Amino acid sequence: MSTTPKEETLAPAPRFAERGLARRISDLFFMRPEATIFIVAVALIAYFSVRNSAFYSYTNVVTMAQYTAPIAVIGAGEVLLLDLAEIDLSAGQIFLTSSWIVVILGYHGVPLGWGIAISLFICSLIGALNGAVVVWLKVPSFVATLGVNYVLAGWVLVASSDITTEMPGTTGKFGAIMGLSNWAEGLWGLGLVLIIWALLKGTVFGLHTTATGGNELGAAEAGVRVRMIKVWCFIIIAFVSALIGLCDSIRIGSLDPAAPGLTEMLAGVTAAVIGGTALTGGKATVAGTLIGAIVLGVLEDGFNLIGISANWFILVEGAVILLAMAVNVQLGRMTAKKM
Amino acid sequence: MNDTYLAGTSDSDGFGRDTPASGAGAEVSISRHRVEGQDVILRTEGIEKSFGPLIVLSGIDLQLRRGEVLGVVGDNGSGKSTLVKILCGFHRQDAGKIFVEGKEVEFHSVKDARRRGIETVYQDLALVPALTVYQNLFLNREMTRYGWLRWLSNKKMRQMARDYLNDIKVQIPSVDALIENMSGGQRQAVALARATHQNSKILLLDEPLAAMGAKESALVIDLVKDLSRNRGVSMIIIDHNYTHLFELCDRLNVLQEGRITLDLNVEDTTIEALTEIMVSEYRRRIALGQQELKV
Repeated sequence: MSTTPKEETLAPAPRFAERGLARRISDLFFMRPEATIFIVAVALIAYFSVRNSAFYSYTNVVTMAQYTAPIAVIGAGEVLLLDLAEIDLSAGQIFLTSSWIVVILGYHGVPLGWGIAISLFICSLIGALNGAVVVWLKVPSFVATLGVNYVLAGWVLVASSDITTEMPGTTGKFGAIMGLSNWAEGLWGLGLVLIIWALLKGTVFGLHTTATGGNELGAAEAGVRVRMIKVWCFIIIAFVSALIGLCDSIRIGSLDPAAPGLTEMLAGVTAAVIGGTALTGGKATVAGTLIGAIVLGVLEDGFNLIGISANWFILVEGAVILLAMAVNVQLGRMTAKKM
Repeated sequence: MNDTYLAGTSDSDGFGRDTPASGAGAEVSISRHRVEGQDVILRTEGIEKSFGPLIVLSGIDLQLRRGEVLGVVGDNGSGKSTLVKILCGFHRQDAGKIFVEGKEVEFHSVKDARRRGIETVYQDLALVPALTVYQNLFLNREMTRYGWLRWLSNKKMRQMARDYLNDIKVQIPSVDALIENMSGGQRQAVALARATHQNSKILLLDEPLAAMGAKESALVIDLVKDLSRNRGVSMIIIDHNYTHLFELCDRLNVLQEGRITLDLNVEDTTIEALTEIMVSEYRRRIALGQQELKV
């Protein structure tokens, strides 16, 4: 009775046409969220190296690597959380606090190696606490991690009596590996970013992170352990921020109790966002974040080199963020139309 | 009062006379009868469910045969959704039994039902828009390498996804396409593919053609037919739209006031006849209400 003429009328689904080289390159550009920031980075590097030949000098590249590393690592950690449509505002303060934990443990006679291990463990626990408050107490991560940020900042001020302190471990081979040698911080940074990149791109954990951020209910329905995924992401960002923070402090040698953790964290989030990661979850790129961090590093360093006041840096940084985001959003819309 | 009405309809349904090829219809129902005894994959006996004072289901006896597509028709509030939610383990029935492949089962959760091969397919809820087709097909059943690292074997999953989609004749641009860039029909097809790929034997579909154009619907209709005929997947579909149900289903059960009041082969009836039944029932109830008011 019920006739189904649909069987004849159903045309084969449209297939993507074979593409020429030019089309492929343009597609690569449109499809990849990192593309915009990559071009910005290349342009900036070209500009500064033309303006000042010292830009390519060994010491300057080292300086840029040292400046970029913490932003890239915190940014890469934030990518995991942004992918989940969460955020960790305490990452910058954890970055600072890890060194203070080592100092306080040192006062109580704990050897440096143990101090660092215990500090990393405590910071991971702080990450787990962030995750637990978000997942089980259902406090939005923005608020939960903001609270933790101020608690840690307050603890640093109280424990240090607001006195600038020397960082222990700034001598010897151990110190060299942990941050004193020229490339130590840069290599630690690169290593941590690569690990997070591999985690997100290659593993079941990364896939489930994206799935949780993209459709939490659907992922949970499919049996993905969305709560554990979230807690682990908070632990990972806390751990890597703490570790790169230790490298940074050992390199610099002294600790400022009033250093603003939120600024450090926002630099990381900025790198992630201009790199093409969406704040709304489900779209994340660690590679873009690394390039974003390099752009911020190159900008700051380049301004110093060509003798423009550092005050201009913040203004230009803001303009770059606006521009990169505007281009990204427009490209995203064009991509959506093409599909 | 329900019973008298039932008797009335079965006497005066007249579908045999309405159907042009009544002889063929009779043959079909005989062959169906033969299957009934041996190959009922899902059966319920006297399912009852109330929410507080509101009786929603009052004794549902339903049979789903292997490879069959069964449509459940009923007005708003007739208990269709409640029935589906009991079958997929979301609600627990107050009374009555559920049998899967002849064995009595008890569902305490959606997971319980899924373990027995019963899955509800939602068009939008189930898939992750930011992931690709093959990633969605394998979500939480990924193939991995390197032991505890759980490194994804993307190449293998892509190939298997491609093979499976070809197998069930689902045409989509690429297994690497993101779900968010796909149409409603393609999403529904991927959702169906995932459920069957993960060895679900019984699918519960809630308005599978909602908000789809003709071309979109065709994709889903073809897939539903292929899955039921060639793969032996059995399905229960609830939908308001009779046209959709007549295109998708082999058999229809009419649900009225918490009971199944009619069991029809789609070949033996027409949309017009079914509409007539539903409307006359509606009128009867209005008349009944007016009578009660007078009393």
